[in-house]
Amino acid sequence: MDRTDETELARRLMSGDANAFDAFVDHFRAKIFRYTWLMCGQREDAEDVAQDTLLQAFASFGQLREPERIRPWIFRIARNACLTKRRKSVFAPSQELSAEEFPPVADWSGLPDRQFLQAELRHVLEHSIGALPENYKAVMLLRDVEELSTHETAGILDLTEDVVKTRLHRARLAVRRKLVEYLRVRPLGGG
Amino acid sequence: MAPFRPDEKCEEIFALLSEFLNGELPSEVCERIGRHIADCQPCAVLVESLRKTVDICRQFRPGIQPGPLGEQARNRLMEACRGMLAGRKRADYVPTCLLPTGNMCW
Repeated sequence: MDRTDETELARRLMSGDANAFDAFVDHFRAKIFRYTWLMCGQREDAEDVAQDTLLQAFASFGQLREPERIRPWIFRIARNACLTKRRKSVFAPSQELSAEEFPPVADWSGLPDRQFLQAELRHVLEHSIGALPENYKAVMLLRDVEELSTHETAGILDLTEDVVKTRLHRARLAVRRKLVEYLRVRPLGGG
Repeated sequence: MAPFRPDEKCEEIFALLSEFLNGELPSEVCERIGRHIADCQPCAVLVESLRKTVDICRQFRPGIQPGPLGEQARNRLMEACRGMLAGRKRADYVPTCLLPTGNMCW
């Protein structure tokens, strides 16, 4: 479901369309669960946060003046719910450019552009994103996975846009580095 | 083969690559980065791999899904939603015929 569909769903819900309730809950519950599971690392916590987020969203729906902003608005609530369940991470990405950023071995040519990710690669990505420090992970999930804008992400996380850009860049480099390691061990496109 | 050693220009554009990929930089900066990439194959590979990383992240959906929504949890959400609609009625947002009643069927 893209953002236009989400906007329409929010409008239907706000207008009292009974059929919109289940679609709204199913869609955003799964979306919030995905985000919170990667942020919290625990299924139970993620399900709790998804439920709490939806309850809070319904309780404060009157604050949503523009249905077009439903996605960042929901994630703002989810982010606050996540803050109580956060976990410490030990993996801190470096920020300096070094020769290590230019690995000569890894072959990226076999990585899919618009295909569904292979299960193994998805697992690597899950692990790579999950291992990011919380501050970086939140930015990357909102910007690159949920495809929210820099401005929206900054609003959700109470950050400046410059900080969002910096953290996103560092997070991408860290995830990229993990993918490079993966590709060194298991080159794609080679059978 | 000796490992590549980035020079000052590589360093200069390195911090801007994500903004470059996001289309968030002024055109003159994009052009400068484009010129550097055209002449620096390691940086070109770095940009391409970063672009693929972003593409992959945009396709990424965790294998795990939430469990089925239990009846009790669904009822709580429905109650909250009804409360939301009732609040909108008080603010004259919703036609009366669409508002929840005692027998409303969600």
